[in-house]
Amino acid sequence: MCRTALPKNNRFETLEFFSTMAAFVPVAFFLVLFGQILVDGISGLSWDFLTQNPLDAGRQGGIASIVLSTAYILGICLIITIPFGLMLAIYLTLNENNTNGSLLFLRRSIMVLAGMPSIVVGLFGNAFFSISLGLGFSILSGGLTLACMVLPFFILVSEQALRSVPKHYYINAYALGLNQSSTLFKIALPLAIPGIGAALILSIGRALAETAALIFTAGYVTRTPESVLDSGRALSVHIFDLAMNVPGGNQNAFSTALVLIIFLILLSIATRFLGKSLVNRVGVV
Amino acid sequence: MSLQMLREKIFQTLLKISAILCGGIVIFIALFIALESIPFFRSTPIYRLITDQSWHPTEQLFNLAPMLWGSIYAVSLAILIAVPIGILVAIYIQFYAQSLIQSLVLQIVQILSGVPSVVFGLWGLVVLSPLIAQISGPGTSLLAGGIMLSIIVLPLIVIITNAQIEQFEEDYIKSALALGMSRQSIIIRVILPGISSGLYAGISLQIGRALGETMVVLMVCGNVVQAPLNPFEPVRALTANIALEMAYALGDHRSALFVSGLLLLLLVSAISMAQTKNRTIAYV
Amino acid sequence: MRIYSTLLISWTLISSLSACGPSSKPELPSSETTRITVTGSSTIAPLAAELAKKFETEHPEFRIDVQTGGSSRGISDVRSSIAHIGMVSRALYESESDLNHHLIARDGVTIIAHGKNPVKNLSRQQIIDIYTGKIRNWSMVGGDDKPVTVVHKAEGRSTLEVFLAYTKLKNTQIKADSIIGDNQQGLKLVANNPNAIAYVSIGAAEYDAAHGLSIKLIDLDGIEASTQNVRNGRFPITRDLNFVTKGNPSEATQRFLEFAVREYNQNIVEGLGFVAADAP
Repeated sequence: MCRTALPKNNRFETLEFFSTMAAFVPVAFFLVLFGQILVDGISGLSWDFLTQNPLDAGRQGGIASIVLSTAYILGICLIITIPFGLMLAIYLTLNENNTNGSLLFLRRSIMVLAGMPSIVVGLFGNAFFSISLGLGFSILSGGLTLACMVLPFFILVSEQALRSVPKHYYINAYALGLNQSSTLFKIALPLAIPGIGAALILSIGRALAETAALIFTAGYVTRTPESVLDSGRALSVHIFDLAMNVPGGNQNAFSTALVLIIFLILLSIATRFLGKSLVNRVGVV
Repeated sequence: MSLQMLREKIFQTLLKISAILCGGIVIFIALFIALESIPFFRSTPIYRLITDQSWHPTEQLFNLAPMLWGSIYAVSLAILIAVPIGILVAIYIQFYAQSLIQSLVLQIVQILSGVPSVVFGLWGLVVLSPLIAQISGPGTSLLAGGIMLSIIVLPLIVIITNAQIEQFEEDYIKSALALGMSRQSIIIRVILPGISSGLYAGISLQIGRALGETMVVLMVCGNVVQAPLNPFEPVRALTANIALEMAYALGDHRSALFVSGLLLLLLVSAISMAQTKNRTIAYV
Repeated sequence: MRIYSTLLISWTLISSLSACGPSSKPELPSSETTRITVTGSSTIAPLAAELAKKFETEHPEFRIDVQTGGSSRGISDVRSSIAHIGMVSRALYESESDLNHHLIARDGVTIIAHGKNPVKNLSRQQIIDIYTGKIRNWSMVGGDDKPVTVVHKAEGRSTLEVFLAYTKLKNTQIKADSIIGDNQQGLKLVANNPNAIAYVSIGAAEYDAAHGLSIKLIDLDGIEASTQNVRNGRFPITRDLNFVTKGNPSEATQRFLEFAVREYNQNIVEGLGFVAADAP
């Protein structure tokens, strides 16, 4: 997968020197960042931290209710994202070579949505879901807003997975007289499942990392949510609030960040199992 | 047979409906934000967005220009730092690293690309800003924002460049080798020019991404409305402005924030619309 | 072309959905538990949250949601019936006389600096000069030879309005080095920056200073910044903390309002560093 096929010579190369130096930058930063999070975060991490609710604005206690709110928000986001995203991925795969105006428009729209700044989606979510639809600051508003952000990403990666099914499978199926939907459901989808699983996990990672859009939609309340109409604070928002607004909150901010990062790394390991080739192609966490 | 045809029909219709809905979301979001901006345009002539004395919405002053400059300065700084380093790291991974180190560096870059920006912001606020404050100024500054943004963008630049080099035609390299070119000159003279168009696309999408990044600039930039040329001075980015004032804004003020959201949307969309190649890779 | 027209139709559908949104006024969900929504000032929010917690334990059939968003949001949410109670950390303006206000506590706004800063006292004029950029170094007000980091609040916060009213400055005249959101952010920033100056709620500052945060409350024209001096009216920057309601509040809201000002809850008010409403 890498090109080391170029001849090696023992002569000193300026480029080699500079590129080696440059490679230290991400590695060093990685060590500094994770070292800091680990050192500052691990002391606050305990079973109690995971099972207790936050107290005293998050300085004391744990993150149990925050984890629960995060799970609810994520759940709502995925309920919307998975069916819609799969449909769209299938639609785009079927029309892969179609270049008429509406298809082009659809692809462009997905691109624009994928690149839309999260704060803009947050503005929309606040104005539309929270105010116009009257959902208020709630887990539901947050989940729906998040779905708008994650959907295009899920579509793009699942489409890649579907496309990686070799073309001759389709041709053979067509020759055997299978129609489009049977070909997809019986042949292409089962083959693409690992890739779609990877797409799903990558989308979860995206959703968990999102902060800005949730501040105006899911709100700040730290209480254990009782329904999806309750406001709930996500993990990322909790980190933000502890870091910015709570004197003496750094300790728990780092502990929460550590929990989030450990979870994200576990997800990325899972992705690697699911779709190595796909991950290499799109190159994500 | 007819049942099967019906099923096929239903399936096709479902696909169409979801396609229409999905295509509609973008337009809907854009229109909704435009709709929320209308009250502002009704009460205030548009040129005041750049001619007003400053941004003091409660005193009916709505100059967005300093924040636009704030965003542009921070993003330029980030790109200036991240692009050369990112390309060099990718070259290192592809050509110079031994295989064990190669996969290690790539792994690290991939993990960094998935770190939530709020975690970078936390680090920038707690570690980087106090360091900068020891040199000059309040610490939370344009420089802090530029550095943190460059760290967000760097892994993606590496991944994009890496993927581009991987896709580069083997034949050109072979021909160059046959001509007796050295490794370094093949990389500089053959490969880099060959992948430049893909790189431009990828980089410009990262510019869009950095422009839209909120948490980091909100946490480490100091949020003072001004457009300083001294990197140790604080600035406020467009995105940070929305995040900072949205919860408190009412009436024209709120509407003005939607105007800045619309501006941001147009900027970023224009950048992404201009790019059709290498899109999946670039969006990751 | 066909797809375009269908797109258009779908959009019309979605937008009509949104258009019918506002008419279905955000109804506050009514089940066995009665919900009271409280929004507004971030200064009052911790107090409201504590009161709410106690109220909920005494009356489990109620649930009280406290959301912050600033005094003006409290006013507008109550007007549009999004919230039952608004929190407003200043006296009501004349244009707001359509609402009922219930004084729940009083508070001062104090100037704070880092705990190691040797400056103990500032005059009103010195504060004006610092915030307008005339004084840029702590040595000019008797401190160390260090540049002043001026911390100011973002637009829309009532602490900002109270501060401007006291200094008689316009927001446009102020030259800040850092802009913050709520009190806690200001306290945190000052504790981390030895050169910073900020203004925050006395209640919040006293509470955090007592809990080991490295900040210092600066005396104003020789008057010590303390809840004591807010209580006896000597401290120059004071303000009312109000709950506001519209029309005839529901029975549930009424009960919570009465609960909030009840005498035995004064220890909650004082515990957070505020001054009880009925104090002399």
